Amino acid sequence: MWEYTEKVQEHFMRPHNVGEVEQPSGVGEVGSLSCGDALKLSIKVDDNNIITDAKFKTFGCASAIASSSALTEMIKGMPIEEAEKITNQDIADFLGGLPKEKMHCSVMGREALEAAIADYRGVILPMAQGELVCECFGVTDLEIIRAIKESDLRSVEEITNFTKAGGGCGNCEDRLREILQETVEGMSAQPKKPEQEQKMTTLQKIKKIEEVLEREIRPTLKKDGGSIELIDVDGDFVTVSLRGACSGCLSSQTTLKNYIEKKLREQVLDSLIVEEGK
Amino acid sequence: MNCGSDNVIYMDNNATTRVAPEVVEAMMPFLIDCYGNPSSMHTFGGQVGRSINQARESIALLLGADPEEIIFTSCGTESDSTAILSALKTFPEKRHVITTRVEHPAVKNVCENLNNLTGHKHRTTRLKVNAEGELDLDRYRESLREDTAIVSVMWANNETGVIFPIEEMARMAGERGILFHTDAVQAVGKIPINLKETTIDFLSLSGHKLHAPKGVGVLYVRKGTPFVPFINGGHQEHGRRAGTENVASIVGLGRACQLAAEMMDEENSRVRSLRDKLEQGLLASVPRSMLNGHPAHRLPNTANISFEFVEGEAILLHMNQYNICASSGSACTSGSLEPSHVLRAMGVPFTAAHGSIRFSLSVYNTEEEIDFILEKMPGIIANLRDMSPFWNAENM
Repeated sequence: MWEYTEKVQEHFMRPHNVGEVEQPSGVGEVGSLSCGDALKLSIKVDDNNIITDAKFKTFGCASAIASSSALTEMIKGMPIEEAEKITNQDIADFLGGLPKEKMHCSVMGREALEAAIADYRGVILPMAQGELVCECFGVTDLEIIRAIKESDLRSVEEITNFTKAGGGCGNCEDRLREILQETVEGMSAQPKKPEQEQKMTTLQKIKKIEEVLEREIRPTLKKDGGSIELIDVDGDFVTVSLRGACSGCLSSQTTLKNYIEKKLREQVLDSLIVEEGK
Repeated sequence: MNCGSDNVIYMDNNATTRVAPEVVEAMMPFLIDCYGNPSSMHTFGGQVGRSINQARESIALLLGADPEEIIFTSCGTESDSTAILSALKTFPEKRHVITTRVEHPAVKNVCENLNNLTGHKHRTTRLKVNAEGELDLDRYRESLREDTAIVSVMWANNETGVIFPIEEMARMAGERGILFHTDAVQAVGKIPINLKETTIDFLSLSGHKLHAPKGVGVLYVRKGTPFVPFINGGHQEHGRRAGTENVASIVGLGRACQLAAEMMDEENSRVRSLRDKLEQGLLASVPRSMLNGHPAHRLPNTANISFEFVEGEAILLHMNQYNICASSGSACTSGSLEPSHVLRAMGVPFTAAHGSIRFSLSVYNTEEEIDFILEKMPGIIANLRDMSPFWNAENM
């Protein structure tokens, strides 16, 4: 069972602004029946560019309905320019948070709002024009890149939680990893780190990673009967293999991200992403 | 802690069941007074072993098996893994396994990961089902091969209740010298089973699906069937499953199997008619609703109904407000982003798969409860459909 906040439950059980605005200024429709959730948002905008009314119709789970209801409450009375700045995190925050697996419901809210505003302005959104990456849920690379940047996503699993991409047949997982790698590298290439770290060669990186593995990580894993091998370093992506008791251990993903990645970021380079090789 | 079980209408018995009061009564002495270890030399412990063997006899009686064919495990999942991996260890040269597309994850995920689990390359045939959830036996016959190590097919499906012709399938495998395992956790106690008249080699059952507690299961292994233990250590269960016995739960399971034998008729008459009333009532009062699974070849307690254009988690949470407990095969409740693999294998359209609700009854359900659900469900569905962008007058 999901842990929903009281606010989510309240907006799910007694949603506000259900229906369709009469003679809407803009309508945004996102999602589909096959995806398992869909949202149709209609807005009324007055001459001063203020959203005077907003209504929704949603097919989906409790957090989809609650996110839709929250969104309409947030934007009513708001100038368009301000509504444009609403992020999915704002919607989730309004509800007191959403389970991480349900973040895509708040993303759906934001997308519907964008679509409705674009419809009001008579423009076409660029998002739909990207390369289709996830065929199961119809997600494009532009949507994925945006989610990675906005929500600081660092794993394929997080991309799935936020965009649903990769949550179906899983065939696009490799492509998602590529996009993640490219996007994260693009982000870290922007000047924010001391130059010395930026210029570390792959060989230097491997050496430093091996040092930290040998000095700190292996001794700790050994206490639980496990070990770790470095398989590859490609840019910021560090592929490792967990051995012994660690392989197949249910908490190995937690160990990987919360312990190993953290240590390597602290001591080698803080843009590193540690993944398990299959 | 009080969970308020007196106030709920519990229609989720394929998930787990209430522990029968008679079972609790049978278990209590083993939690308080009779705490000895059955392996001990002293009478205080040794007498506990006799209670375990009495439980073994009750279980054997319900299954039409010999007591020495019963091995106690920790759960149905352990029994499933033990059976499948035992067959593969017995015949390391046989690299083919047959199962279905609608198995419980306890079998499905083992059969899909054999290469990792055994360290050898295996091929798995996953038999398809038709729109009513039934297997094609001709296709099954064709898939049986010389290098097939084991067939693992559930007796009854946990989501739809559809029953497979297990006796016949086991016979077809047996004729070719292929081991046959069935995950019968949903079938035991609900439909009559007589293993003596079959060629089934392995059968899994789980205590908590038939009014015994969680944490105890059984693996039936036919006399003469080669067997390699899954858990090694002490001599318990004649070395076939090491580990100190879960005495109280084993005694409880024995009592639960006695009760199941006594209540089998009620399950197939009164419970079935309650299920039928619920099902027919819902299909009649809610437009665009449909039954998932074969209408006749089904467990007497299970009804899986789809309400089109609404989503299962939303339905369940509204039902929860009335303390009605059930399950859904929707994406949001399956823990993944796609609806249940069982409904997808049956080709249930997405419009319906996302809105599927499983009601699973037990002998503790009453007609008043069915009437209450029939009174509340149409309003819940209508309320959610009013909110759905896909619902309009044309759908009616």
